Amino acid sequence: MAHFSISNVSIKGIAGAVPKGELSNWDYTHITEQERKLLIKTTGVEKRRMVGNSGITTTDLCKVAAEKILEATNTSKEDIQILIFVSQTPDYFLPASSITLQNRLGLPKTCMAFDINLGCSGYVYGLSAISSLISVGKFKKALLLCGDISSAGPPEEDKSVFPLFGDAGTATLLEYDETAETMHFSNQSDGAGYEAIIVREGGMRKPFTVDSFTMVEKEKGISRASRNLELNGMAVFNFSVTEVPKNIEEFFKVTSSGPESFNFFVMHQANQLMNETIRKKLKFPPEKIPYTLPKYGNTSSASIPLTIASELADKVSGEISWLLSGFGVGLSWATVSLKTKDLICPPIIEL
Amino acid sequence: MDINEFIQKLQAEFEDIPAGFLKPETKISDIEGWGSMHALIVIALIDTEFGVTLKGDELRKIQSVQELYDMAENLKNNPQ
Repeated sequence: MAHFSISNVSIKGIAGAVPKGELSNWDYTHITEQERKLLIKTTGVEKRRMVGNSGITTTDLCKVAAEKILEATNTSKEDIQILIFVSQTPDYFLPASSITLQNRLGLPKTCMAFDINLGCSGYVYGLSAISSLISVGKFKKALLLCGDISSAGPPEEDKSVFPLFGDAGTATLLEYDETAETMHFSNQSDGAGYEAIIVREGGMRKPFTVDSFTMVEKEKGISRASRNLELNGMAVFNFSVTEVPKNIEEFFKVTSSGPESFNFFVMHQANQLMNETIRKKLKFPPEKIPYTLPKYGNTSSASIPLTIASELADKVSGEISWLLSGFGVGLSWATVSLKTKDLICPPIIEL
Repeated sequence: MDINEFIQKLQAEFEDIPAGFLKPETKISDIEGWGSMHALIVIALIDTEFGVTLKGDELRKIQSVQELYDMAENLKNNPQ
């Protein structure tokens, strides 16, 4: 298991942005009323924000979040020396969206920028990558931008995917800080599960053809084209409730910690039933577990920072001890423990 | 946990099922509107109560509430 520690890095602030367009799953008429009730109870997703036809992309959401966190922390753009963009819904195949963001944000050309292609586990993976660069001591400040517009693909006719995802972009400001508590990470992967969440066509393995857009009924209530995101709910559920508690129990052993060591345990916002099963297995009390599933749905790589900024902004003054865990598409999963001091979380922006 | 306690817990999870509908011999597919969401709820319940994770294809082979209970007990007592 990939356990490692990173010192001299602290998180200064987290900002989040969502599109204004809101959709309620109570209005999802593709399924029956009984199915709707059960769907909302099980997934926890009541409403979510969708870019719809607005033309807003992930980078637009991340850009306003980045501007907000720079402003809220009084940070000069000239001081940003690393920008990492984590997303599976970038603007282009190429160039990397992080580089277009360097220019659009007015960051100096001395800033290094690159993308990481990860979803649900992306925030913790992104933190591990950016923090290990910062810990070298040559970079003062850095931006980790995580976001996805997963709602942009799935057709309404696919009840196994359509009601789950919401769109969001986030920005986390980090800096070199010799007084910071050490971060501990445990990052894992299992590519054997690559088909559990997949967009099959449109990449280089299977480029688009006319057929990529043909809607096919897979089972009752589930129709999609092969260019759309496909999700095997049962496989993801089994993976998550098995591997995530195992990863964290091992993490507790290695770091001599436990649920009592943390003020908050922020999980990727996957599905209420799944997250609650993980919570119960790890014996975390409910008050340590914030949720944004009811109002924002599953926001992929944005879910952890968005949940912190949205639900805990008034609870982060002073020293806070965090356990964060992301898990899903890949399959990929990662956990980190870290501490923040007077974390700055401006209100969520609506774009 | 005995079968009656298990049935009570199942009943509590499925609010729409009329009281007394679930018996050991009840066929799972006879639960009104049975679908993938119900399956997830059953897997989560068994995971929490028995500490074992049923796989989707294992659950698909199950017919009755009794078989479901037996499978969970069996997995709990004979970890793979």
